[in-house]
Order: sequence, then structure tokens, then C-alpha cells
Amino acid sequence: MISMIMVLNQKGDIMISRQYRDDVGRAAADSFRLQVVAAKETGTEAPVKRIENCSFLYTRHLNMYFVALTRSNVNPALVFEYLFQLIKILKAYLGEEFDETAMRNNMTLIYELMDETMDFGYPQNCAVDVLRLYINLGTAKPQDEPEPSKLTSQITGAIDWRREGIRHKKNEVYIDVLESVNLLLSSTGNVLRNEVAGSVQMNTKLTGMPECKFGLNDKLVIEKDKEDRKPSVDIDDCTFHRCVRLGKFDADRTITFIPPDGEFELMRYRVTDNINLPFRIIPAVQESQNNTKVSIDLKVIANFSDQLFATHVVIKIPVPKNTSKTKIKHSFGRAKYEPEQQAIVWRVKRFAGKAQCIINAEVDLMPTVRSQPWSRPPINVEFQVPMFTGSGVHVRFLRVYDKSGYHTNRWVRYITKAGSYQIRI
Amino acid sequence: MALGKEGDARFFTTQKKGEMHELRMELHSSDRAIKVDAVKKVIASMTVGKDVSMLFTDVLKCVQTGNIELKKLVYLYLINYAKTQPELTLLAVNTFVKDASDANPLIRALAVRTMGCIRVDRITEYLCEPLSRALRDDDPYVRKTAAVCVAKLYDIAPDLVVERGFLETLHDLISDSNPSVVANGVAALSEIAETSGKDVMRISASVLQKLLAALNECTEWGQVFILDSLSKYTPADGREAEGIIERVTPRLQHANAAVVMSAVKVILSYMELMGSQNSDSIRALTRKLAPPLVTLLNSEPEIQYVALRNINLIVQKRPHILENEIKVFFCKYNDPIYVKMEKLEIIIKLVSEKNIEQVLLELKEYATEVDVDFVRKAVSAIGRCAVKLERAAERCIGVLLDLIQTKVNYVVQESVIVIKDIFRRYPNRYESIIATLCDNLDTLDEPLAKASMIWIIGEYAERIDNADELLDTFLETFEEEDPVVQLQLLTATVKCFLKDPDDTQDMVQRVLDMATEESDNPDLRDRGFIYWRLLSTDPEAAKMVVLGDKPVIEDDTFKLDPALLNVLIGQIATLSSVYHKPPEAFVIRRGAGTGTTNEDDDEEDEDDYEDENDVDGGADLLDMGGLSVNDQSQDDAAPGSRFEPTAPMNLVTGPEKSGGLEVLAGFRQYRNTIRLEMEINNVSANHVVAGLAVQLNKNAFGLSPSTQQVMCEPPAGPGGSGVAVIELVTTPNMLAPVPAGQPANPQVQVAIKNMTSGNVFYFAVNLNFEAIFSSDGAMERSSFIENWKSIDDRNELYATVGDLPSESVDIDLVQQKFQASNVFFIARRPVPNAEGQEVVYFSMRTVTDMEFLAELTFKQGVNACKICLKTENATYGLLAKKALEDLLRA
Repeated sequence: MISMIMVLNQKGDIMISRQYRDDVGRAAADSFRLQVVAAKETGTEAPVKRIENCSFLYTRHLNMYFVALTRSNVNPALVFEYLFQLIKILKAYLGEEFDETAMRNNMTLIYELMDETMDFGYPQNCAVDVLRLYINLGTAKPQDEPEPSKLTSQITGAIDWRREGIRHKKNEVYIDVLESVNLLLSSTGNVLRNEVAGSVQMNTKLTGMPECKFGLNDKLVIEKDKEDRKPSVDIDDCTFHRCVRLGKFDADRTITFIPPDGEFELMRYRVTDNINLPFRIIPAVQESQNNTKVSIDLKVIANFSDQLFATHVVIKIPVPKNTSKTKIKHSFGRAKYEPEQQAIVWRVKRFAGKAQCIINAEVDLMPTVRSQPWSRPPINVEFQVPMFTGSGVHVRFLRVYDKSGYHTNRWVRYITKAGSYQIRI
Repeated sequence: MALGKEGDARFFTTQKKGEMHELRMELHSSDRAIKVDAVKKVIASMTVGKDVSMLFTDVLKCVQTGNIELKKLVYLYLINYAKTQPELTLLAVNTFVKDASDANPLIRALAVRTMGCIRVDRITEYLCEPLSRALRDDDPYVRKTAAVCVAKLYDIAPDLVVERGFLETLHDLISDSNPSVVANGVAALSEIAETSGKDVMRISASVLQKLLAALNECTEWGQVFILDSLSKYTPADGREAEGIIERVTPRLQHANAAVVMSAVKVILSYMELMGSQNSDSIRALTRKLAPPLVTLLNSEPEIQYVALRNINLIVQKRPHILENEIKVFFCKYNDPIYVKMEKLEIIIKLVSEKNIEQVLLELKEYATEVDVDFVRKAVSAIGRCAVKLERAAERCIGVLLDLIQTKVNYVVQESVIVIKDIFRRYPNRYESIIATLCDNLDTLDEPLAKASMIWIIGEYAERIDNADELLDTFLETFEEEDPVVQLQLLTATVKCFLKDPDDTQDMVQRVLDMATEESDNPDLRDRGFIYWRLLSTDPEAAKMVVLGDKPVIEDDTFKLDPALLNVLIGQIATLSSVYHKPPEAFVIRRGAGTGTTNEDDDEEDEDDYEDENDVDGGADLLDMGGLSVNDQSQDDAAPGSRFEPTAPMNLVTGPEKSGGLEVLAGFRQYRNTIRLEMEINNVSANHVVAGLAVQLNKNAFGLSPSTQQVMCEPPAGPGGSGVAVIELVTTPNMLAPVPAGQPANPQVQVAIKNMTSGNVFYFAVNLNFEAIFSSDGAMERSSFIENWKSIDDRNELYATVGDLPSESVDIDLVQQKFQASNVFFIARRPVPNAEGQEVVYFSMRTVTDMEFLAELTFKQGVNACKICLKTENATYGLLAKKALEDLLRA
């Protein structure tokens, strides 16, 4: 199991180190500093590094290294998941962008959290809401603090993600269906990869211990239900928050759960068939014979209903390193050459559905000594389309049952974003 | 949240002089806030590596508080320093015991958790009572903490755990009503099972049902612990296996990748047991496994990496699972390099005639990217596709030729290397492209690419008009080339000569000359000679040898050995599956109980020792080879006199060379002095041997005589004999440097002048290495472990010594014997999983400060011993190993 967790800064100095087993020492930090931090290896070298039979598994947050050390044959996925959870917990306590200073300012809190979430190298309960109940920097008033025995049954209980006795004046559930469309088109226009990675985010404000049942237009469910003729989606695979009863899903594909209070990710899913691509992009990029010019023509078609519109559209068209001058013609938005990105970046705040746009750029190149050919990186597209799902997934129902039988308001939103949306040229 | 400017960072401010005193005052303050701040400052110093152990008692006093925050801080401090201050830690025991029965379950658990972390053996006796209560506590939080604590205790005192019946209690916890307790119980038992090698985690039918039930209820981590323990269980038959798989498959939908991977492991291991009659269910399972594996590739890059390394194994074992999913392994432009590299490996494993078109387009795309290593791997992947798929070979070659046209240096070189492999796989089929290759000769500057090109030229010399000219250009720089290139040049020239003897006679002569006479590379010389003799004796035979058919190669470069693969499939979701190495290769079991029990043994041994010493100290010495040291031996207090090392005397010179003397000489250490002892038999007719002058040549140890004049005692007249003892010291200026990479020469050359006769004679004597082991070479156990781990495995030496004398089979005696030669005992322990085997650790240091660490493995009833020696001074490793062997045999 994990022997030690360290947090190092960019220079490799130890900011936090918590030893869970005594088979590794602080000296190990030195080998990590020398072989990984100093070598600036992150990014090219694997995140699992073995130095003298001590394994270092690490990930980064901003410029800090979160490192787990072990001498045993651990489950590496478990180690990484724990590191991610630890970072998530720290984000919840210290803010999304917590930095070195925040770490130093809250050192004892961090030790307390690390002590509570891991014992002898075995991860323990990492649910932020539960941790907050008893690790609270002394800010909670004593009367708010639950009875210790209640607290412990909460920490260890079967439903450790929700405490009992929650009350809300209004019972509401906000459901966000977020999709990111991944696309990889070859330069000849063939689809190499196309999939939607979706997630269902919930924000529940419900009283008591409500039992929820949730349904999407999942093809496997709808086919069983002959009367329902609505369009359905073939979901390749999905994963669920731990509150969902997996056994039940496996048996009849119903999604049932007692939700945590507040925000959480109910599920993730993956769809690869019949995807509606929000944008079609047709590029034509030509390099002149003598390597002095590149001419780019790009047609962009918004492939969704004209009732909708896309926002934050950014299209990055790569140009060679030795670009000297660009001449760009386009009908709307703003486009300019950004040398630090080595690309022409075209930004459109609002792109109406069914709209089309052509952008044309003439790029002059500086002569270079080395005639290394241009690697022609792919065009990269970013966008957001509200109230649209690339997969066609929609929420069919959310039923909430509670003893008190209250009424629940439900709000559903859909947003499709670009994941890695790339077109090779 | 209280994130004011006044955070903990202020505690990190550097400590000025007197601040310790100030801290101490603050720790004793009656104001709680000041106290808490002071402890925080102490912890801050501890974090940055400052030594604050002197505040131990002061911090300890703060433990008696009702404030849980302060208590946690003090406990944190205690864990860190308990090891260095074991006596003082005992003062905290009362608090622990009191806290362990506090009304607040959080405090009870905290006390048990902390006590378990304090690895001081004396505290364990106090731990047992509270732990035993905690295991039966009403509160599940305390029970789950206690479960892990049993594993902690087992690590320090395994016997105690067994004695107190904690293992049984732990087993009972598997049936606990609380899932978190079950999970930690399983984790603790699994760990104990693994370290002890005993089957303490027996899974019976009822336990199995309980585990499967808990699987649905416990936390994500608990699910991982349970799944991992299930993967070690062997179901009775295919039906049971199927039943368990059915309960496990829903876990594939879990959001936590660790749960998914552990579930995959269970399913894959059990699939083996389902047998072929179940092919339908196996096919159904195969279908079910693919989507979750693909989903893992949408996770964070770190998880992707772990998943890809595992998938690499899975596609080798069960290629069907992902045969239609090759597209998901296509690289995204912004994937980290380490992910791209792994994806590429899997693409090659999944490539088939169906998808080769697509794959080639993809690989060609990668070959234009920026990262050199990735590009090279992509190019080489194209070659591997060609070798793997005969029908696609031509298309692959087409792509490679396109790539060569880009003229990018490293692309061309890598292409040449793989084209050579394609030629070897499909001889006489694609030689038409040789011309294109020859156009790019100038770009080649890497040895491997050059060597490949030269191989091609030699192999197809008859089809290349100017093959001899091409080779000739390479020959100009023959001497500067890398050995790989030289070897290829030699072979290619010989091939060329055999195919066209008339034009290339000069060239082949020149190469053979260079290879055999001017090179100091033995491989090259040997090959040169072989060719030379072949060519000069029987050119026809030479043709058969050099131009003979070569075996066809296959693409097996990255395939794992089936036996290893099976081992690794059982290790899915462990580091082993990431390294593609069995766990033994990187996990060094410290074994249970290297901690305390042995320390006691150690002391006892030493006691025994001295007793023996008193009894027969002087007596044994009388047998010591007739050396004139008896008079000194009475007050000999050196330990282990029973095994007092003697100098191994060897005849070093006869009368003919030394002017009538027969000399036996050998080294030994006596009372911390290294000495060269000589027995001199005077067989001359006239000289007397009395005063001698000594000189040593420079040697690998820096030995030189402390005084040049020694006396032969008693002076030996004609026909008489005497003994001369030369005391030696080590000085750096007498050190003959040992060439790196070569073992040190044990030989010491000695010159002796007989002062009476004026005769000078020379001899050489090998140093028995133990003679220069220093008496202060004993090492702390902890630093031994540190050092042992820090020395690279490459600097490891092995030997097996058989036919040991009976006294060398008894470990206690070996210890004494070794100690007498300054080889110091560190620890011994039984080998887990191997009945009757025991390993013993020793350390030794030479007077020149070279350290050697040794691990000796003995097996009961076998008079042999395995030695494993580790040292940073690799050049002297062999000597040290030999010394140990000799000591054992002596």
C-alpha cells in the first residue's frame, strides 16, 4: 500500500509530507527531485516512476507535484484516484485554484485531512460533505456539530455521502446534461474518431432521504417499452456515482439512488453512433512550391437548428512557425494571427444555427535555413451549444419518492461543448 | 472558511537563535491559543525537515488536553519522533490508554490509530489491551480504525498478533454489519496474508457470500479491497466462477477507475476457469469487457496510462476483446507523449488486414509530428506492421518511401532501420527500392541506421552497381565508427568479396587488417580472424557460411513470454502490470519481524560470544599455525577468538629465486592491524636471515609497510626457520587505480632484501580481502536497509557455496566466525513461503572505507549457502564475495 504522500513545489521542495509506513524516508524526496522534477520529465515520461525499487506515482496541480510513494505492488489506479480525490478535497476546502501559499497557510488542516482520508496507506472515506462535518477549522459552531456517534455512523455508513435530517424549504433538482463532442477528421475528410462523452450533473436540494429514479432515452430501456416511440440513443457505456445501485442497473438498466445533498456528478456516458456534429468544417490548405506562402480556405457550417446558437466559438488554424505576415478575410467574428499559438485564431461570440462562414487567409513565410517541412498540426475547434446534445440524449424523467411525499421542482439544461474537436489538414 | 492572511505560513519563518527557547515557553503557556500556535510552529519546522526533537517532552505535555485539534497535532508530532525517542514516548502511553476509552468515538479511534503508528516495540504491550477493546467497540468508526491497526501491529510484532488472537477477531469483522469495517478488515487480512505468506484470508463459502454482499454497500476503496482479495481466490469450479463474475460485472460501471480495473482483473482471472465448454458465456463476457476498457481512455492521462499498460497485456491474452476498437487508440494531437507511446504499442498489436489501411494513414500522420521519439516509434511501427502482415508489406514500404522523401534526418534513419527488417522478413522481394535508399546515404549518422544500410549493401551487393564504392566510402572512417557499424562493415565487405572477388580483393584485405590488427574490440578481432581463416582455407565453405540463408524473422520484439503473460494477467490493476514485471522483481519483502525480535537475538548472540571467549580464549590460539604470537594472546580481548582469523599461508617463492629461502606468506588482520605474515625456511648453506627490508609495489588497496625494517623471529640460520611479520597501513599514494569496469586485482607485489646477505628477491601474494575489513564496519540496521535499497541491482553479485563444513551451516556459528573477521551481523529472518530457509544479513567495511552488504541464504539440512552481495564499489565486489566464500569454507 501507499507508504507516503508528499507534495512538492516546482523546485522540488517538500511542502507536505505524510509518512504512513516507515519503509520510505524523506531521502526519497531527493531522488524524486533529481530524477523527475529537475529533469522536467513530466509530460513525456510516464507518471509512474521506479527509482531503486521505490515506486513514485505522481500527478500535478498547477505547479505542485502530488506524489505517492510505495514499495509494494499497489493498485496504481487506486493510488491515482486517491490523489485526484485529495486534490478535489483540497479544492473544496481551499478554493479551486489553491496554490503554494494556500497550502502553507493551511498546513495543519491538510495534515488533518490526510490523516482522516488515509490510514496506513489505505484510502478511507473521501466524501467532502462528510469530512466538512468534523474537519472544519473550528469555524462550525459547537451546536451545529453533530453528536460524535451520529457522525461516526455517517462516516462509516452504507450511505456515507448523505447525512440524515436534511431540510429544504423548496425541494428542487437541477439537472445539467453536459456533452463534449470528440471528433478527429483526416485530411481527406474521413471520420477517424467521433464520440460524445457526456455527463449528468445534478444539484439536489431535497429534504430527508429521498429515493430517486432517473431515466434517459436509452435505447435498451425504450425498446423494452414498446409504446414509447420516441427517438432513442444507443449508449455504449456508462459509469455512475457511487450512490447509484449498480446491481439494479445491471439487472434492468434502471438508475436508482439516494442522492448526495448539493452538487454531484450522477453519471458519465459514452455514445459513438449517430452523432450530430454541431459544426462541419471543410478546410483547404495549400503550401506554395517554394515554401514561401500558405493559403488557407475554410468553410464552417453550423449544423444545428436555427432556433439555437453556439457561443464561445474559437477556431484555431495552425500556421508554420516562420509566418511573417497574414492577410485574413472573413465575414463575422474576429480573426487574427497569434504568434504565441502559431495559429490564426478566429473567435465568434455568437454563431447562429444553420449559418455558414468562409474564412480565407494568405500567409507569407520567412525564408529559413533549415527546410524542415511543416508538421501541419490539426485545426482545433472550441464551442458551446446550449440546449443541444450531440448524442441526442435527453432526460425522460426524474422521480423523487420521500416518506413525506413533497413536491419537487425539476430543471433540466443541456449544453454541448467541443471536447477534442480536430480536423487534420 | 477561515482563510485569513494569518495562515499557517507564518510558522515557516526561519528560526532565529533562541527561538527554540521561545517555542518552549509558548508550549508551556496556559493560553490554549498560544499553545496551539506553538505546536503548529513545531510541525511546520518538522515538515521542512528541521530537527525539533529536542522539544519532545514539551510537546508531549500538551497532549493532556480536551481540545481535539491540539491533540491531533501532538499525535502527529509523536508519530514522527517516537522512533528516535522511544523512552520518552512511553510517557505518552497513559494518555493513549486514557484516550482509547474516551466517551467520544472520534478520540477513541484517534488514540488507537496513532498508537499503531508508533513503531516502538515497548509500546506494543500497552497497545494490545486498547486494541482488543477497540476491535469490539460499539462504534463502527472505532472498529474500522482498529482493523487497520491490527495490520500495523502485525508489521511490528507478528507473534503478538497471533498470540492475542487478533487474526480471528479480524476474521470476525468480515461479518460485521458495517461495510466500512468489512472493507478495512479485508484490507488488513489481505496484507497480513501477503507479508506472512500464510493463508490467513481464507475465503470459505460463507465468507464469499459476505464479501459479495459487502461489495454492493461499501465505499469505492472498500470495493477495491474486496475485489482484490476475490482475485486471489480460486473458485471451486466453472459454475462458481461464473456466479461470482455475475456479481462482479456491475462494478464495471463504477465511476472510480480503480474499482473498474480490479473488477476486470477478477473477471479475467476467473474466465480462465470457465473452460471451453462455456464458450457462449465467455463470448458474452468478452463483449461486456470492451466498453469499460474503452471508457477508461476518457479519464485523466495518468489513469489512461495505467489502463493502456494493462490493455497491452489484455490484448495479448485475449485479442478478441478489443479487436474492433482500434480507432479508440488513435492518438489525439495533444495526448501526453507517454500516452501516445502506449497507444502506438496497442495499435501494432491490434493491426490486421481489415484495418491496415486506416492504421497506415494514421501512422504516417504521426510521422510528421514534432516529438522525435514518438515520430521514430511511429516509423518503426510501420515496419512492424509490414513484418506482421505479409499482404500489407508492399503498402507499408510505400509509406516508408514517402517518408524518406521528406528528408527529415531521423525519419530517414529510422526508415532505413525498419526496411532492413522488412528485407530480412521477405527476402528478394522489395530490392527495387535499394536505389532510393542509396540516395540517402549522406543523411545517415546514427550507428544503427548506418549498420542497417551497410547490411543491405552487403546483402544485395550483386544488385548495386557501385556496392564496393559505397562500402569504400564508409571504410575511410572505419576506425571512428561505432562497433556495430564496424562489425557490419566487416561482414558486408566479406560478402561483397565473395560475390565479386576480382574488384574487391584490396578492400577485403584492408578491412581484415584493420579488424584484426588495429582494433582492440575482441568481437571485431574474433570475427575478423574467422573470416580471414575461412577465406584463406576454403572460400567455398566461406560462401556457405557468409552467404547462407538466414532464418526468417517475426515481429515478436514486444511480445511477452506466455508464462510471464499469464503471471501478469493475474496482476492486472497492480504496479506489476504497469512495469510488465512480476512483483518479485521490484518488491523487496522486509518480511514480518525484522523489527524487534531480531534485535534481541542480536544482543543475546553477543552475550554468548563473550562467554565463549572467556572460557577458551587462549586455548584455541595455541593451535594457530605456530606463529609467535602466543605471548600476546593472554590479554587478547578481541571478540570471537574461537574464530580468530589465520593468515592463509601460501608458498610464494622457492630457494632458487630468493637466494636459498623458502617463503610462505599471507595476510591477516590482528588487533585492528593488517599484517603480512611470512614463514621463512632457510635452506641455504651459509646465510643467516635476521633483519629484512621490505617494499611493496603499488597495489589496488594502497597497502604499504608501516616500517621498512622487520626482524625474522627467531633469526634463522642455515637449515633453520623463523617468522617475520610486516605491519601494513593504507595510504592513498600507494593506491594503484583500478580501471573502471574491471575487477580489482588482489595481487600485492613484495620486494624483500635480506640485510645480512644483501640478497633481494621478489614475490607476489594475493590479498585475502577480509584482512582489510575494518573492525568498525558494523552498521545500524536502519542504515543497512537504506543502503541496501539504495544500491542499484546492477551492482549485485551472486554466488552459491556448496560443500560447507558443518560449522558453516549453523547460522550462529557463521555469525561468530564472520564477526571475528569483521563481517558484522545485521539481522536474520526466515524466508516467507519457504520452509526451513533463512536469510542473514551482514555488513562489512574496509579500512579504505568501502562498504559491502551481504545477504546469505541458508536452507536447513543443506550444506550450501547462497550469497548475494551489494556494493557501490563494484570493482572490489568480486574480492569481497570471494572473501565471504573463503570464510564459509574455512
